[in-house]
Amino acid sequence: MSQELTERVLKTIATSKRIPLEQVTIDSEFQQLGIDSMDAVEILFALENEFDISIPDEEVRNVRNVRQMVEGVEKLVAAKAAGAPASQ
Amino acid sequence: MRRVAITGLGAICALGRTVPEFAASLCQGRSGIGPIQSTDASHLRFQNGAEVHGYTHQPYFEDRRADFIDRFAQFAVIAAREAVASAGVEWTPQLRENAAIITGSCVGGQSTEDIGFQEVYKLGHNRVHPLTIPKTMANAGASHISMEFGITGPSFTISTACSSAAHAIGQAYWMVRSGVADLAITGGSEAPFSFGILKAWEAMRVVSPETCRPFSRDRRGMILGEGAAMFVLEPLEAARARGASIHAEIVGLGMSADAGHITQPSAEGAARALRAALRDASLAPEQIGYINAHGTATPANDVAETTAIRAVFGALADRLPVSSTKSMHGHALGAAAALECLAATLALRDGFLPPTANFTEPDPECNLDVIPNHSRRVQVEYALSNSFAFGGLNAVLALRKA
Repeated sequence: MSQELTERVLKTIATSKRIPLEQVTIDSEFQQLGIDSMDAVEILFALENEFDISIPDEEVRNVRNVRQMVEGVEKLVAAKAAGAPASQ
Repeated sequence: MRRVAITGLGAICALGRTVPEFAASLCQGRSGIGPIQSTDASHLRFQNGAEVHGYTHQPYFEDRRADFIDRFAQFAVIAAREAVASAGVEWTPQLRENAAIITGSCVGGQSTEDIGFQEVYKLGHNRVHPLTIPKTMANAGASHISMEFGITGPSFTISTACSSAAHAIGQAYWMVRSGVADLAITGGSEAPFSFGILKAWEAMRVVSPETCRPFSRDRRGMILGEGAAMFVLEPLEAARARGASIHAEIVGLGMSADAGHITQPSAEGAARALRAALRDASLAPEQIGYINAHGTATPANDVAETTAIRAVFGALADRLPVSSTKSMHGHALGAAAALECLAATLALRDGFLPPTANFTEPDPECNLDVIPNHSRRVQVEYALSNSFAFGGLNAVLALRKA
């Protein structure tokens, strides 16, 4: 798990949810951070813009914490770098 | 207080362009959901919708008149014409003055606005069409209905997202009940299939990539729909006196606000609206024979709605048929409650309960009798129609067999 990518995801979550960056760690559960389903949709939107990726609904259905979110973004960024067709 | 009869019905949606077509589709459990055709959906995460297939204004409006009316308001007028014709209303100057028009719409003519925005933002043109404002305004449906029939009484539009038409029909009901109006044309209309609006729905991640499966374990969200349904309401005694056919009676309206979250539904808020409807109608829970559910097929709504119904009906909920006809006509937003109130009216009038189509497997969290896939020949006495909107604004209508 790349440190740089992780930090960008944490920062995106903190900015979107408007909470101090220190509160968001790789081990945070969404529930602890008070992230509900609409907050999560906004964070996905922010991550799509931050990394220029498209996050399919299927990828996010069971995401409940920051670690899962970082792993998901990492996978999509790697797929994009490998030249896989970007999903709409 | 006067009793209130439904004497006229009109509809246009994915299930048909008239009430008999709508009724036949409902009874057969035939879904109107299919690939979106009126807009290019290739750059969307979802491809299906419940459109009025192949709709053009020509059989309904002369070209010059259609220039002034957005698709959503055209649907309103088309449904109102059928409703007024079927009611056999005989207009007098006095009746025109004492008639009300109350419509519901969520996005109004935003499809027209979308075209104007493309002109200035995308194409770099310096002007938009001069009719953009009068076509976009959400009250255009009510306005064009008033012009169509020369109605000069109280007329307005209610916008409460997915509850719009339920709030509208409810206000019309109360106005006829209290004597403020001697006749009302009421319902809802919507036409949300333009690219910008669809993109906004896509961003919320609540639209199904396949079809609409309310209360099913594998449900994946809502399917957008379009169309209109309109009703003519009159005092029951006056309707009987003039020998009008009475399709059903409206007997109650219950409303509430969740005061919770802007999108997450609250079972408590929904339950309050259900109880308020029963109270307004002076009905006990055991008298209700059918509920037309809000049933959007989002993971959150269907669980919250089940919880609300169980909270109000207790053990009775085990034997209470509940279906979501959104599985057939889609979620037509501001028209949704009108289409669903029409489904409940037809259930009472024709003696069948419409199914929840596209149902695959039960969800333990939605443990209701959802009338899976096939309608039932059952005559019930009272029905409810639920509407629980984004924004937490809820409305429930109570209907009685005529």
